[in-house]
Amino acid sequence: MSVEKTYAEINAKIKAGKAVVVTAEELIGLVQKKGLSAAAKEVDVVTTGTFAPMCSSGAFLNFGHTKPRMKMQKVWLNGVPAYGGIAAVDAYLGAAELPDDDPLNSNYPGEFRYGGGHVIQDLVARKPVKLKALAYGTDCYPRREFETTITLDEINEAILFNPRNAYQNYNCAVNLTSRTAYTYMGMLKPNLGNAHYSTSGQLSPLLKDPHFKTIGIGTKIFLGGATGYVAWHGTQHFPSIQNLEGQDLGPAGGTLAVIGDLKQMNPRWLVGTSYIGYGATLSVGIGVPIPILNEEIAKYAAATDQELFAPVVDYGEAYPSRTPGNLGYVSYAQLKSGKITVNGKEIPTAPLSSIPRAREIASTLKDWISNGNFQLTEPVKLLPSPADAPAANVLRA
Amino acid sequence: MSPKRIVLRFGTDISVKPIVYRLVKDYDLVVNIVKADVNPQKEGTMVLEVIGDQSEQGLDYLREIGVSVQDLNQEIIRNDDKCVMCGACTAICPTGALYLERNSMEVKFDGDNCVVCQLCVKVCPMRAMEVRL
Repeated sequence: MSVEKTYAEINAKIKAGKAVVVTAEELIGLVQKKGLSAAAKEVDVVTTGTFAPMCSSGAFLNFGHTKPRMKMQKVWLNGVPAYGGIAAVDAYLGAAELPDDDPLNSNYPGEFRYGGGHVIQDLVARKPVKLKALAYGTDCYPRREFETTITLDEINEAILFNPRNAYQNYNCAVNLTSRTAYTYMGMLKPNLGNAHYSTSGQLSPLLKDPHFKTIGIGTKIFLGGATGYVAWHGTQHFPSIQNLEGQDLGPAGGTLAVIGDLKQMNPRWLVGTSYIGYGATLSVGIGVPIPILNEEIAKYAAATDQELFAPVVDYGEAYPSRTPGNLGYVSYAQLKSGKITVNGKEIPTAPLSSIPRAREIASTLKDWISNGNFQLTEPVKLLPSPADAPAANVLRA
Repeated sequence: MSPKRIVLRFGTDISVKPIVYRLVKDYDLVVNIVKADVNPQKEGTMVLEVIGDQSEQGLDYLREIGVSVQDLNQEIIRNDDKCVMCGACTAICPTGALYLERNSMEVKFDGDNCVVCQLCVKVCPMRAMEVRL
């Protein structure tokens, strides 16, 4: 009979220090050695990891009230605007936000050396950050201007809340045009000069739970070096199973909205990031534990780089113009080999997602759980799965 | 007169042209090829030491035909505190000085193969590659 485990049983083993925890890569080795059934029986938790630029990230901050009081309608941190259109002295600092005086792409390609993601990293690194605020003045909030220096420890709250992180899968980006393309997938040389990809493949959280059998609202995760939670499905969460002429090419399209206490996090796992010609962002470290409740969940978690595929997409012309279709699929094993063949041409590949850091996250999360410091949470509600088939909207003028 | 050290970068169209011959024959330059490489994408890089009265004219000729010419009086170093080993530089670096070690997928930097083209300085998302004079 195949194995069935509950969250409560797994947590009891974690508490007793007896849980068997392995990383997703270790699980692959175990399944190859002992077979799926034995591995599913033996292993309680599989840990995953990803460390990559995730633009849909940011932090809610509450600065504390000034004396006299102030509404802080317009807010800047180190010159980067934060959104102040919420209650007094609350603001949301977005990772992709840029200073008002940034030259942007006026001197193409722009450098985007400092943006919201860099401010977040500076805050987490406990560096002093300049706060400037303006307001129109009310009877209850009379103050109109304020400037000071803050540190993360001095302000009331700092909550990392990222509406779209941990993309399940991502395009492999190439450039078919005859000019260099500066994109969020990095610098793409003309005429298929290089190919960039951005997931950790067989270590990546959502590639290991394609049908969202375990990940849902309330799932406790590794976020930015601390514990965080899955808050909701991410924006543009359109999970599907890729299929080419009947061949299952693995999942794509799922995303997570995640939340956690910025004050507990670490600048090693929240890194300000700049893409030439594109913009500023934040690289985020995320690790999701997958409880091996049954053999089916183990089978998905053991998917290998050979079984997971990315579509190859032209970012010179097809992507910006939203022309449908792709240039074929390549496996993560091919991508990680350093070379793929597109339109008959062999081209070098490079990741934008750090595999060494993804491994470090999976192994750190494994240690937390093995040491009994991190119990699993049963989701309040699972996220929509490919069977729920949400579809992307096309915005028309 | 001390030699001028320069780095040349050029595309497929130039790789097939005898540019060093032109520097010697048309501009009477003494040319020492320190390093030369054409990668699998047929992009070329060359480090030259050049001596001669017409060296500036020779370099202008190179620029006119589309060769990128840079002085070599700098070196590139990697700030290991900033590098997150993402790999974004590895398919951009024209000489393979920055490369991914397979299996570990760690980014390695071999300064001996670096021609200081500075592309990595521009594309590194963490600004971990620095120019030193």
